[in-house]
Amino acid sequence: MPALDDGTPLFVQIAEQLADDIVDGTLAEGARVPSTNELAAFYRINPATAAKGINLLVDDGVVEKRRGIGMFVAAGAQEQLRAGRRKRFAEQYVDPMLAEANRLRIDTDTLVSLIRGPGWHNGGSRP
Amino acid sequence: MIPTISATALSRRYRDQIALDDVSLTIEPGTVTGLLGRNGAGKTTLMRIVTGLEFPTAGDLRVFGEVPAENDAVLRRMVFVREEQVYPDFQVRHAIRVASWFYPNWSEDLAGQLMADFAIPPRRRIKRLSRGMRSAVGIVIGLAARAELTLFDEPYAGLDAVARQLFYDRLLAEFAEHPRTIVLSTHLIDEVADLLEHVVMLDHGRVVLDAPADDVRGTGMTVSGPATAVEEFVAGRTVWHRQRLGSRASVTVADSLDFAEQAKARAMNLSLEPLSLQQLLVHAAGVSADEKVSA
Repeated sequence: MPALDDGTPLFVQIAEQLADDIVDGTLAEGARVPSTNELAAFYRINPATAAKGINLLVDDGVVEKRRGIGMFVAAGAQEQLRAGRRKRFAEQYVDPMLAEANRLRIDTDTLVSLIRGPGWHNGGSRP
Repeated sequence: MIPTISATALSRRYRDQIALDDVSLTIEPGTVTGLLGRNGAGKTTLMRIVTGLEFPTAGDLRVFGEVPAENDAVLRRMVFVREEQVYPDFQVRHAIRVASWFYPNWSEDLAGQLMADFAIPPRRRIKRLSRGMRSAVGIVIGLAARAELTLFDEPYAGLDAVARQLFYDRLLAEFAEHPRTIVLSTHLIDEVADLLEHVVMLDHGRVVLDAPADDVRGTGMTVSGPATAVEEFVAGRTVWHRQRLGSRASVTVADSLDFAEQAKARAMNLSLEPLSLQQLLVHAAGVSADEKVSA
């Protein structure tokens, strides 16, 4: 069973994991989303919690309910999620990186060359 | 909707001891509630009153809107699995059959399947079963009864980790397919934390926490790092616990931190660690009994 982190509410984590699957295409548009009971059994969580997680995605229009059949990934869901994540990319990934770079006295030029030159991972001390 | 259980100003006294002190709570239908607390906190007393085995000294307790004591119609809608349940000197299969007569929604199939899952020998006399096996018999009855209200009071004395996991999996599967109201009292809080929808914690007979499990998660965070930065960050917050080692400090605060605050903490080179439900309850129990923890 994949372990869920502590901290963020479980239903948020369920929504995020499903969103991850949609973003990377594991759950294609039009594909059936696992049912609340399937999610509950898989993650060993309360089915109500799983339902709450799926409902977050339904509210965002990423997942749609088809009466009597189940939940499906909505058309355009992948792009919608990507757009949302692009907006948060700076604060979630770039800002913390800049803060750490600042602590280590890595200047912007070095940082940029680090990003440009993959495989150059020996601490950034080389010019 | 009528709550499955509602207690209003419920108290239970034994001579000089107060087992339940002004307890008010409601448990909604179709939820899994964890009834948590230390030994002697009043969990078993509350369950005994709910199941009509005991009378309150004061206050009111309703199950399905009715007083449960000596109320056969209500009692048949619930099953109570107790720690170290005592059975008559029956063979296991006879005890199971007797139980099947009592509960209107009893599932013979499920009982048989669970007996096989837990490898309980049906012809063995209950008195000759190991402690763990006896607990497993209680679990079989508790789940197969499919009662609208299912109460488990520390149901797994002597069960090993594998058997407990089996219990959690079967409980979840049953709850998903045949929803019912489940109240689970246990010491193994972190094992059951993710199964719970609602958490009630008793301490010295009083309710110290009564909240949705989702709200409880994320409450309480341990902030650690350089002492000066930690102290700057936690200033103005409710501090539950403080530890220092040289120039480093580790402080547990009662708040939940939003994304911006977490980012700020990381920028200050602090590390954050959320409290598990168990740790959280240890802190909640430490809060004076007349101060209710709001999650």
